[in-house]
Amino acid sequence: MIIRRLGSNLLPARPSAWRLFAALFAAAVMIPLSIILLSFTKPAGDVWRHLSQTLLTDLIINTLKLAIGVGTVTAILGVSLAWLTAVCEFPGRKFFTWSLFLPLAFPTYVLAFVFLGMLDYSSPLQILLRQHSLPTLSGFRSSWGVIFVMSLSLYPYVYLLARDAFSTQGKRALEAAQSLGHTKTEGFFKVALPMARPWIAGGLMLVLMEVLADFGAVSIFNYDTFTTAIYKAWFGFFSLTAAAQLSSILVVFALIILGIENSLRSRMQFTSMGRDAFRKERLHLRGAMKVFAVSYAFLILFVSFVVPVIQLILWTTASFRYEFSSRYFDFLGHSLVLGIITAAIICLLALILSYAGRHHPDILSSILTRICTMGYALPGTVLAIGIFIPVAAADGFLASVAGALLNVEPGPVLQGTIFVMVAAYIVRFMAPGFNSIDSSMRRITRSIDESARTLGSKGLPMLYRIHLPILKGGLFSAAALVFVDVMKEMPITLMTRPFGWDTLAVKIFELTSEGEWERAALPALTLILVGIIPVALLTRQADD
Amino acid sequence: MTGKYIAMLIMVAIVTLGVIPSTFADEVVVYSARKEHLIKPLFDLYTKETGTKVRYITGNAGALMQRIKAEGSRTRADILLTVDAGNLWHAADEGLFQPVKSRVLEKNIPSHLRDPGNRWFGLSVRARTIAYNTDRVSPEELSTYEDLGSPKWKGRLILRTSKKVYNQSLTAMLIVEHGLEKTEDIIRSWVHNLSTEPFSSDTKVLESIAAGQGDVGIINTYYFGRLMKKKPGLPLALFWPDQDGNGVHVNISGAGVTTHARHRGKAMKLLEWLSTPAAQTIFADSNMEYPVHSDAKLHSIVKSWGSFRENLINVSRGGELQAEAIRLMDRAGYR
Repeated sequence: MIIRRLGSNLLPARPSAWRLFAALFAAAVMIPLSIILLSFTKPAGDVWRHLSQTLLTDLIINTLKLAIGVGTVTAILGVSLAWLTAVCEFPGRKFFTWSLFLPLAFPTYVLAFVFLGMLDYSSPLQILLRQHSLPTLSGFRSSWGVIFVMSLSLYPYVYLLARDAFSTQGKRALEAAQSLGHTKTEGFFKVALPMARPWIAGGLMLVLMEVLADFGAVSIFNYDTFTTAIYKAWFGFFSLTAAAQLSSILVVFALIILGIENSLRSRMQFTSMGRDAFRKERLHLRGAMKVFAVSYAFLILFVSFVVPVIQLILWTTASFRYEFSSRYFDFLGHSLVLGIITAAIICLLALILSYAGRHHPDILSSILTRICTMGYALPGTVLAIGIFIPVAAADGFLASVAGALLNVEPGPVLQGTIFVMVAAYIVRFMAPGFNSIDSSMRRITRSIDESARTLGSKGLPMLYRIHLPILKGGLFSAAALVFVDVMKEMPITLMTRPFGWDTLAVKIFELTSEGEWERAALPALTLILVGIIPVALLTRQADD
Repeated sequence: MTGKYIAMLIMVAIVTLGVIPSTFADEVVVYSARKEHLIKPLFDLYTKETGTKVRYITGNAGALMQRIKAEGSRTRADILLTVDAGNLWHAADEGLFQPVKSRVLEKNIPSHLRDPGNRWFGLSVRARTIAYNTDRVSPEELSTYEDLGSPKWKGRLILRTSKKVYNQSLTAMLIVEHGLEKTEDIIRSWVHNLSTEPFSSDTKVLESIAAGQGDVGIINTYYFGRLMKKKPGLPLALFWPDQDGNGVHVNISGAGVTTHARHRGKAMKLLEWLSTPAAQTIFADSNMEYPVHSDAKLHSIVKSWGSFRENLINVSRGGELQAEAIRLMDRAGYR
């Protein structure tokens, strides 16, 4: 007889194919990561000495400022908007529910150049204000400007997950708080917010990883962070070693954030009331509160989406005549194909990974998952290097085998193919895909499995017939998030794309790096319009 | 057993597919840090004239160099085309280029604009000069780069970030002329005179000078050309500094044949063609730069800026001293 511990009788005790897969996948992801970490075996002392003597303190302070600033603002925006749209009722709620997701379609670097174009000293707006001796905005090119821009483009991550938490929490929790003599406000802070904390943390984690890895927006602002130091080490001092060493510090940062998030996540198994917990009985806002809710939601939507889109449209109309060509259909096509392929693969991998964690809810699983999702905190270019080196080695191996067999000297096989590109995307964007799928996986309670089992359903049929319908929402958000992220991605695309695979993001890079903001508006606007589609679909589903 | 054979077959197929098109096609492959809209018209013309197809990929200079390095002997790149002598110097230093012996290139390109070891060749000249606000500065007040650090420019100077390689090469030139210590003083005095934090683009520098956020700045002339074409009314003009001394700081965009080029001969032909007056005119005109070949015609707008004496120190020194220049600028607090 086999004695099993309580609770584990629902799960297979021996290592399953799920776990094997998770381990294999983690091993594959470890290749680029370890190439970056291995850089510590080589000396790069002079670059370090220089950095520590001159810039390092500032860089760390700047990076922390950014992380704390963006973290705080996105938390406030995301949670408050999620609460309003998930729990309360006010005019236009349905419209705001989905439209507040839209800034997700904006690449941070686009938002950065749009806002700088509008608010810098030499912008038409500022010139006009000065001409009429009106108060002007000064010093937008500063830490608060960067925080402003990044928060506007990243808050939807927190909003997305917090809203998910609030709308599944159930009103009974709040009612219980009220029955114990708490006011509604107290109920929010004492019950709803703590219960939603794991989700909020999940969203914040995505935000912080984006902040750590960002290069585009900070370089447009000429704001020095850890990433700019990585680029300086590489492109200025031509020390890939120092660049990789600096990057591995980012990896450590990311691990710490993930560790914190993980400890919060372990408490994420609450009973849920189902998606439409608040459908019938929302808190109806009245009077001043109603006015406030409408104007607040409108203001955020207006500033984060409407204004930048209008600016882009104005620039596009000014430059369309000489910027547009039929090649834009190619750029668009490439962006779409890459987004769709990557989203599909990531969904499949994340699903298996999440299943592996479900079958083996132990430390090893959580370590494997962490490894698989770590690429999100790495600057894309550094990650691309980590992939390039092993791919070149694989090509070398293939070539030598082919040379021995066929007596030919082959060209590159894997290098410069879409394969390398998609592999890099997968490592980079596993985190948003996995998080969405895994949090809906956690909604499948053990009792569901149990009932399924008693009805004779298990293994793949159970996955297909019982789990998949429940996971549908999570799978869809994963696909949408990854698709939009890939469309927006710039450094990996630039570095790994095969001949002729220029995308919209590549076009934006080419034009903005020459300071041609107006011409960059056309590809940027196209990118955003396409990105809106999955984002809008994502939100229709959230709108229940 | 069959599995093994199938796997082998697949591999042979993959390898063959990789080999055939790249070795036998009439083509030459360019990795270019120069943007697509500047090179495509030239390459199209070349294909029309010679029948040789030019395949290219664009990207950031450092990343393209790393890509060639990682691809090693199996790289597809025949030519690396990039901006800034600093990048070219590093590419040569990393062994990415092979020396090319060509009479045509030697005749068409002045010696200070190509590698002394014949590994890379300048294809256009970019002058980094002073721009000023015509409402607030008279040209008599201006003289040299160094002078921008003098007290009269306090709170009036605007610069682009030191992270841009153009400023690193300029600083490297100053190091060649003045030595480390004096150059650090000059950079410090510039930083002291800044009216606002450094910008991330030359165009922004110009727009801010026009808007009166500062009065003078250092920029590449083609940015001035582009901006003035779009907004001719701006109160901006160029000034050629140091005409009694070393002359205007120039940089290049240029190219070399990669060490592992598969189409070496064709790559050389393309470079030679690019150095001929006809191609030079298009190359320089497309971006309002200066041609390296003295017979090539100047763009009418470029011509209107007047002629100037250029610094004749070999541009490769910028690459040699680049790391030194960055360290110096960091110490001087130039962001």
